[in-house]
Amino acid sequence: MSQDAKIRLDHVQKKYLGSKAPAVDSLTLEVPEGEILVLVGPSGCGKSTTLRLINRMIEPTGGRIFLDEEDVTTVDPDHLRRRIGYVIQQIGLFPHQTIAQNIATVPKMLKWDKARIAERVDELLSVVGLDPEVYRGRYPSELSGGQAQRVGVARALGADPEIMLMDEPFGAIDPITRDRLQNEFLRVQETLRKTIVFVTHDIDEAIKMGDRIAILGEQSHIRQIDTPERILAFPVDDFVRDFIGSGSTLKGLHFEIVDDNVELDPYPTMTVDSTAAEGLALARAAHADWVLLLDASHRPLRWVPVDELEAGGPVTAESGTEVLAKVSLGATLFQALEQMLVSSAAVACVVREDGSYHGVVRLTYLNRVIRQARREAREHYERLEAMA
Amino acid sequence: MWSVLDSTRDDHVDGIISWFDYIASRPDDILEATWAHAKITLTVIVVATVFSVLLGVFVQRRPALRAFALSVSGIFLTIPSLALFALFIPIVGTGNEPAMYALFLYAILPILRNTVTGLDSVPPAVVESAKGMGMGTLRQLARIRLPLAWPIIMAGIRISTLITVGIAAIAVLVGGDGLGTYIQSGLTRLGLPNSLESVWTGTAFTVLLGLVLDAALAGFQRVTTSKGLRM
Repeated sequence: MSQDAKIRLDHVQKKYLGSKAPAVDSLTLEVPEGEILVLVGPSGCGKSTTLRLINRMIEPTGGRIFLDEEDVTTVDPDHLRRRIGYVIQQIGLFPHQTIAQNIATVPKMLKWDKARIAERVDELLSVVGLDPEVYRGRYPSELSGGQAQRVGVARALGADPEIMLMDEPFGAIDPITRDRLQNEFLRVQETLRKTIVFVTHDIDEAIKMGDRIAILGEQSHIRQIDTPERILAFPVDDFVRDFIGSGSTLKGLHFEIVDDNVELDPYPTMTVDSTAAEGLALARAAHADWVLLLDASHRPLRWVPVDELEAGGPVTAESGTEVLAKVSLGATLFQALEQMLVSSAAVACVVREDGSYHGVVRLTYLNRVIRQARREAREHYERLEAMA
Repeated sequence: MWSVLDSTRDDHVDGIISWFDYIASRPDDILEATWAHAKITLTVIVVATVFSVLLGVFVQRRPALRAFALSVSGIFLTIPSLALFALFIPIVGTGNEPAMYALFLYAILPILRNTVTGLDSVPPAVVESAKGMGMGTLRQLARIRLPLAWPIIMAGIRISTLITVGIAAIAVLVGGDGLGTYIQSGLTRLGLPNSLESVWTGTAFTVLLGLVLDAALAGFQRVTTSKGLRM
């Protein structure tokens, strides 16, 4: 057991009176500080129950819960909950209180002074992208679904808890707003570095939000827990594979970065100073149908087709077709793939920060990267198995 | 024909004029009776509200007790008022007291039922988030559940008030005071001078008192209900 686990569940169990099988069976789990751990699984797997065991909205019937290595299994649950931000899908804003009063709920219970609370409310409204001047005096019934969810997050952040529990927080919001809220939340999390346990049934949301994902089966048995890229590259069994669904390779491309870890493909290039014959020779040597024309500072300019070079004549900045598909070093392979699909030469041109040509991404490159990711993930699991 | 109609109309007009005269000749007495009536009503409503809201909170999440409390308070309403008033005489004697006990029993059901309904109407997600932020049971009740149920509870209080104002007129039969005294004295002297005027006075001021109290409670409901619930 590592010492820096912010949240640690040790063989936690929940068994309801009168039911034979426990709803959550001996769950052991660690969440290091600053991590978003996503619990994902089919409905009825007990992921929400698991989440609610952490702040003891549901009292465990076995095992122990530690926060910062402090056993909180039997402390006063109300005091425990004031230390933990809690966001639920239905939000549950208090309709009879203003937005400011809603956000002030926990600070008030912790007896912060008025000025500090007012300052905190304004700060949090700004954090979630709502103008304090406009919104602090409004009532929940005056908000749209997306705004209400922002206020819900602000309220959970009220007393600056180190831990947040989020139960399908963006589940009831239209897809466009959800995407925006997810992005904003990730941006906020970059600076706040809260320790977050996040429940969803949507694998795509899990992949997007999670630093790590725990895929849960029945009774909250962990089927696989790992980074999204490793789970996508190497689902440990059919249950996980089925749950991830089709297109996992494609989803995995979001996590792979265009860099020199995997060698980029070369491509025949020429500058505006070279002649058509020189270009043609390069293309022939590389068995390429196109030559990439660079400008004086080595920035990609045009794709020049071989038949145009064969026709001879001067190669100018008007030859061939424009280079549309450019990605920077550090872009994701998903972005590179998108660019390849629109490129005339079916490759994405990789440029350095200053815009100069670095290499190209072809399908073979994607293929190499994916196979390497899979190999690494498999080796990781083989090592784990060898250790066990 | 015309003369007959005219004479009837004149009779009516005469009746109204003599009623006004009746009222004008004893404004202090009428006001005193109205005030006594209001005191009975308000005392009963305040006690019934405290009792029924507490009872409602206690039984709302206890299905068996809740059904029991609601049916018993429902049965109270079916007991003929005269009998119920008289039932308390052996226990507390005559006067306003037996009347107030009986009125209290009548006033329970609307407030109790609306308290329970009002608490039922609080969205579970709101209670869940309150609990999840570390609000204890009492704080949830005082800060969240009762304020949200309040408009519905107030509606129950207003119904009980109207019922009580009307039935309180019977208090006179068990030795109490209030506007019922005018109705009773008129009815026992029916046919004699000023008998109808007396009945009308008791009835009209009872209705008037009911309207005034209801308007006052409506105003009270307005200032005690969050703006967020009125939108």
